[in-house]
Amino acid sequence: MNDLYLIYKNMTRKPLRLFLTCFAIFIAFLIFSAVTTLKSALDSGVDLAADDRLVVVNSINFTQPLPIAYYQKVAAIEGVKEVTHLNWFGGFYQDAKNQIITMAVEPESYLRVYNEVVVIPEQKSAWLQTRQGILIGRKLAETQGWKIGDKIPLSSNIFSHKDGGHSWEFVVSGIFDGVDENYDTRYAVFHYKYFMETQTFGGDWIGWMTLVTQDPSINQQVADVIDATFANSQAETDTSTEKAFNKAFIEQIGNIGLIIFGVVFMAFFTILIVVGNTMALAVRERTGEIAVLKTLGFSAPRVFGMVLVESLLVALIGGFLGLAMGWLIIEGAKSSMAQFLPNLAMGGDIVAQAVLYMILLGLVTGLVPAYNALRLNIITAFNRS
Amino acid sequence: MSQEALFELKQVEKSFVKGKETISIFNDLNMTIDRGDFLAIMGPSGSGKTTLLNMLGGVDQPSGGEIWFDGARMDNLSESKLTQWRAHNIGFIFQFYNLMPMLNAARNVELPLLLTRLSRSQRKRSVEAALALVGLSDRAKHMTSEMSGGQQQRVAIARAIVSDPKLILCDEPTGDLDRTTADEILEMLQLLNRDHGKTIVMVTHDPAAASYARQTVHLDKGKFVHKEVLA
Repeated sequence: MNDLYLIYKNMTRKPLRLFLTCFAIFIAFLIFSAVTTLKSALDSGVDLAADDRLVVVNSINFTQPLPIAYYQKVAAIEGVKEVTHLNWFGGFYQDAKNQIITMAVEPESYLRVYNEVVVIPEQKSAWLQTRQGILIGRKLAETQGWKIGDKIPLSSNIFSHKDGGHSWEFVVSGIFDGVDENYDTRYAVFHYKYFMETQTFGGDWIGWMTLVTQDPSINQQVADVIDATFANSQAETDTSTEKAFNKAFIEQIGNIGLIIFGVVFMAFFTILIVVGNTMALAVRERTGEIAVLKTLGFSAPRVFGMVLVESLLVALIGGFLGLAMGWLIIEGAKSSMAQFLPNLAMGGDIVAQAVLYMILLGLVTGLVPAYNALRLNIITAFNRS
Repeated sequence: MSQEALFELKQVEKSFVKGKETISIFNDLNMTIDRGDFLAIMGPSGSGKTTLLNMLGGVDQPSGGEIWFDGARMDNLSESKLTQWRAHNIGFIFQFYNLMPMLNAARNVELPLLLTRLSRSQRKRSVEAALALVGLSDRAKHMTSEMSGGQQQRVAIARAIVSDPKLILCDEPTGDLDRTTADEILEMLQLLNRDHGKTIVMVTHDPAAASYARQTVHLDKGKFVHKEVLA
């Protein structure tokens, strides 16, 4: 027998209470791990965005188009190194649920602006020369089982084809990789010209532009010049960094950070009160036993440590179970959400953060009862019990 | 019996402050407990028996005077030093046993040994020996809640002697037991005193219990009013 055994026996003396306390902590960390992982997945696009890239969208809303003429005008602005334009296609393959992130782009400038897209020269050349060619990301190709030369029909949930219907025929001309493994390759790009020639919305418009400046330090200056150039025109622009654009895109559904903070804070606050109260009650019930331990010669700091470790253990047991369940749920949802949240994974930083919170929870809830045990006067305790 | 003093109380004072009033329990209390003695302290409620026992056990400090134990002064020790001192020198037996309900008999007996440097096997041997001495070898793995009052008190006695303390302090050790069981417990204390040389101080209301001691002192209003040598 040692102190840990005593702590274990004290902890498990009321199994139902232990279970309920651990369950409360379990729920808190399940919420924490799932919601934080979700936020991390949503933020990953923001984090991976380049510092020196700017995005130019219609100031009304990024879903509103811009005239194609803006492309040349932006390219001529001082400080702009490269610029490309993109159109959202809104694609899916066979089933509307099988969403494929697809964009119509100006091929050559796209590859210059998005230099993290790595494609071997033969495939790059083939794509540039094939009007119906589509460039597929490696992960998307693996998910869908597509290979070079495959003819694939992609449908749009926004646009109609001139020939009727919503389906476009593409030939897989190339499969690209990311410059590193963090780069999300679950998307496809195809020729803007092919798109314009075949859709029914009319021509000469683009969705948005992405540009690279000569130096990130002049980003704001370039953005101001672009927006000033198109001020008071039919389509005013709003230029921001790619990070800001991605963040704004995500926050269409609300301030994710604030929502997550609110949910996690409420869960933790409630759990803190429940667990703190339970620990205080558990220790108060043991007043006589703590007095006996002290009488036998257990020092006050040792008794303090035992109560604190007990509280920590309860927090760690419930916390790790919640974290494990959160991980299982995330892993289970990963494949079905891969199209929307390709980086959905519980990272080491989230686990470390959760462990830190478990320790904090254990310390905060155990501190008051441990202090009471430390200060407990033997004679008073015997009189009380 | 050796006549060497184990405990010596010199002009001990003890008072409590209750509200604006100071209540004096002891004033100029002098006492000597010899090594190997079995002393019963009797007296009416409020006479200061338990307070005296608490001071002897180092769980309470006098307001004045000196307490010497085995040649060393202990009334001026810090709380942490007193805790260590208790662990090494004193065995406690309480009226309501005060065993840990979540531990079995052997684990309860082992508790004081967690404060020593003994190895696991040494602790095991000591626990077995203590339980054998109180006749509970066959109940070592039993939870104390499954035991009778007498058996629980015997576990408490085993716990009190397992670390071989110099002094055993008993606070109404038979107060919760029937006569037959009480006699068994008292005989066991007598045996520990007589055959194992343990010094025992016992607080009791019960004259029959006190008759097992070598001498009895009567306390009233914080003063010794009568001393009786029985054996």
